[in-house]
Amino acid sequence: MSEPLLALRGLNAWYGEGHALHGVDLDVFPGETVTLLGRNGVGKTTTLRAIMGLIRKRTGTTTFGGRDLMHMPLHHVARAGLGFVPEERGIFSTLSVDENLNLPPVVAPGGMSLDEIFTLFPNLKTRRNSQGTKLSGGEQQMLAMARMLRTGVKMLLLDEPTEGLAPVIVQRIGEVLAELKARGMTILLVEQNFRFARRIADRFYLMEHGKITASFPVGELDQRMALLGEVLGV
Amino acid sequence: MTDLGATARQASATARLEWLLVGLGVAGLLAAPFFLYPIFLMKIMCFALFACAFNLLLGYTGLLSFGHAAFFGGAAYFCAHAVKDWGWTPEAGILLGTVGAALLGLVMGFFAIRRQGIYFAMITLALAQMFFFFCVQAPFTRGEDGIQGVPRGHLFGLVDLSQPLNIYYTVAAIFLIGLFAIWRIVNSPFGMILRSIRENENRAVSLGYSVANYKLAAFVMSAALAGLAGATKAIVFQFATLTDVTWQMSGEVILMTLLGGIGTMIGPAVGATLVVTLQNTLATSGFPVTIATGLIFMICVLLFRRGIVGEIYAKLPGIKK
Amino acid sequence: MIFGIPLQAFLGQLLVGLINGSFYAMLSLGLAVIFGMLKIINFAHGAQYMFGAFVGFLLLQWLNIGYWPALVLAPLVVGVVGMVVERTMLSRLYSLDPLYGLLFTFGLALVIEGVFRYCYGVSGQPYAAPDALSGGTNLGFMFLPNYRGWVVVSSLVVCLGTWLAIEKTKLGAYLRAATENPKLVQAFGVNVPVLLTLTYGLGSALAGLAGILAAPVYQVSPLMGSDLIIVVFAVVVVGGMGSILGAVITGYVLGLAEGLTKVFYPEASNIVVFVIMAIVLLVRPAGLFGKDA
Repeated sequence: MSEPLLALRGLNAWYGEGHALHGVDLDVFPGETVTLLGRNGVGKTTTLRAIMGLIRKRTGTTTFGGRDLMHMPLHHVARAGLGFVPEERGIFSTLSVDENLNLPPVVAPGGMSLDEIFTLFPNLKTRRNSQGTKLSGGEQQMLAMARMLRTGVKMLLLDEPTEGLAPVIVQRIGEVLAELKARGMTILLVEQNFRFARRIADRFYLMEHGKITASFPVGELDQRMALLGEVLGV
Repeated sequence: MTDLGATARQASATARLEWLLVGLGVAGLLAAPFFLYPIFLMKIMCFALFACAFNLLLGYTGLLSFGHAAFFGGAAYFCAHAVKDWGWTPEAGILLGTVGAALLGLVMGFFAIRRQGIYFAMITLALAQMFFFFCVQAPFTRGEDGIQGVPRGHLFGLVDLSQPLNIYYTVAAIFLIGLFAIWRIVNSPFGMILRSIRENENRAVSLGYSVANYKLAAFVMSAALAGLAGATKAIVFQFATLTDVTWQMSGEVILMTLLGGIGTMIGPAVGATLVVTLQNTLATSGFPVTIATGLIFMICVLLFRRGIVGEIYAKLPGIKK
Repeated sequence: MIFGIPLQAFLGQLLVGLINGSFYAMLSLGLAVIFGMLKIINFAHGAQYMFGAFVGFLLLQWLNIGYWPALVLAPLVVGVVGMVVERTMLSRLYSLDPLYGLLFTFGLALVIEGVFRYCYGVSGQPYAAPDALSGGTNLGFMFLPNYRGWVVVSSLVVCLGTWLAIEKTKLGAYLRAATENPKLVQAFGVNVPVLLTLTYGLGSALAGLAGILAAPVYQVSPLMGSDLIIVVFAVVVVGGMGSILGAVITGYVLGLAEGLTKVFYPEASNIVVFVIMAIVLLVRPAGLFGKDA
């Protein structure tokens, strides 16, 4: 296999005094969709935030396309090609849907055009002039994803995109992710719902107490069910 | 790592050291007029008490008032007016000044505690400016001239305060009583609640404290003690003028507290000593005081926010505030 | 006659109120813009206003550069100096309690004011209105000095223009988004630190522009900003800083209220803004347009 696009080695991170990540090793290869599984509070969101540089108190190495992310100013990380879709979605209430969509600067050629985005998310087109936070939860999630697709990033970090959404919307998001994958997007997905994740993921990482405790391809999912049931409590 | 016994011994050693320092300080205060100009020392004591009173609010309750000149200068006017125009004795004048400042604090605090943080600062500044305009226009303050030639009179009708040592020891007594009052307030259960409000206002609310009342009480106490300092200053210098009610004066007391150490017991007094000394030095040098004051502000905020005493505490482990 | 006051005098005071209101509006606009992004109350705003007036005055004295070029140069100079201050010093304070920003800019205000006081004393220096705007116009019901009309119109244009720029442009969208969640905007690849510097520069430049506009109305004096800024703080408390438009409207309304007070009860004219502030605090503690506590 080729070089990983994103590589974490011995990543530690702290929230204030709280030690949240204890040496995380993780690879995501180009075009791959990798899902990070784990219970609430084990450090999945922290991992994404530490990769983006939203948490500055961290040690270890993080490289993206061979470039060191650890010493990069926060606003250079997106320019390197990483798009972040936070768990709380981060839709701006003082911006219209259109403004939210156009907010993140284009960092590389090859992003989707507005027309392509509206084909993928027709709801957004009809609500272009609404206030961003007036959208439904599902629409806000679509918007949070859509605005990163315009920018030409090579990789998406998605934090629990299906959380709290109706099954029909979860279905739709699954289709969108499959479509992105088909277009060659690399995806690191944090998810609790592995029934959703198994439809699109190539590989899984299991996280417990700030550490990666297991790693396996999607084909081994069934034989790992007992372990997953125990660790995830499902 | 030290065990608990060692920590306790260290703490009691620290307490003994603190009492020793207090004893030395009082002795120094009693001996000082034989070595330094009493009028200079009295000025320092008035401003030191003012700054410590201000710190009761900023350092122990977390409220930044930008209007404390109203209490300091207002009390000076009340006291000077009572002593000069009504012929009151100095202690009655000082008492009136203190009570007047407390009432002023009650009114200003009533409005100001409705907002927090920087809004609180802006509101106190605006209300104090309103009081400044009142002082400019009210007849009893005599406008730009101020109340001049206030007689020092006889304390309790007995002690002639025109004698330098008599007034000096009177001011020293007021200063020590004021500091003792602040020390008692800070270390009382009431003071503990103030500190918990400073640390986390929402938690204090959820614990069931009526935070607004505590804040107002702290504001009034701080105003009264600032008034005590201002009224005493009017007796010492025998005048009360607009200078003491300006926003610049409110800024000066913030500077003294910041420079000495916000939230430390003696920091503001140290800061007041330095600022008054600096002003006296600059007055003869021709370098503008405003620029120096502004620069010290900027340097303090950028480089040592704990203030001089706060930095010393931070460097000496095991010494509690 | 209106309420027993001659119409001319009444309108005259109203105009004075409108002029004052124009400056309140421009200054509280700048304060609100800076506060929104930096979460810092810029105490130096009054000093920067004075600085702007002095830049105009000194350009004329030293280089014989007149009003119209100064109208561009003064805000530029004040804005650039503001950006240097932000980059070198103010930016170190963002992670701290906002009170430190207030104290720092207070110190900065003292330094700026002290320097000009040291060089020019406390008395005011006259600065003439440009020839094109001297004289006045008879409106039929009152006589309007042209320069005062110009001040009102240009302040309206500046306030409206700033508001539109923030509400309708891409840069404005960055500003609004960064006001809500600066970290996320930066994680999208926007250089938020530079945005903060530009914002402080813009706010400072607005103060400088107000200063040069004010120079022919009031005299150019080192003290012209410090008393004004306290009134503007009261305006900001009344309006709340959550809304740009709210800050502007409150500025004009309180200026007019002050003018009206001069007609009916002149003794109270310099405290009426503070009285209104106190009443608003009783009725609506968060301010007329404010959402924040």
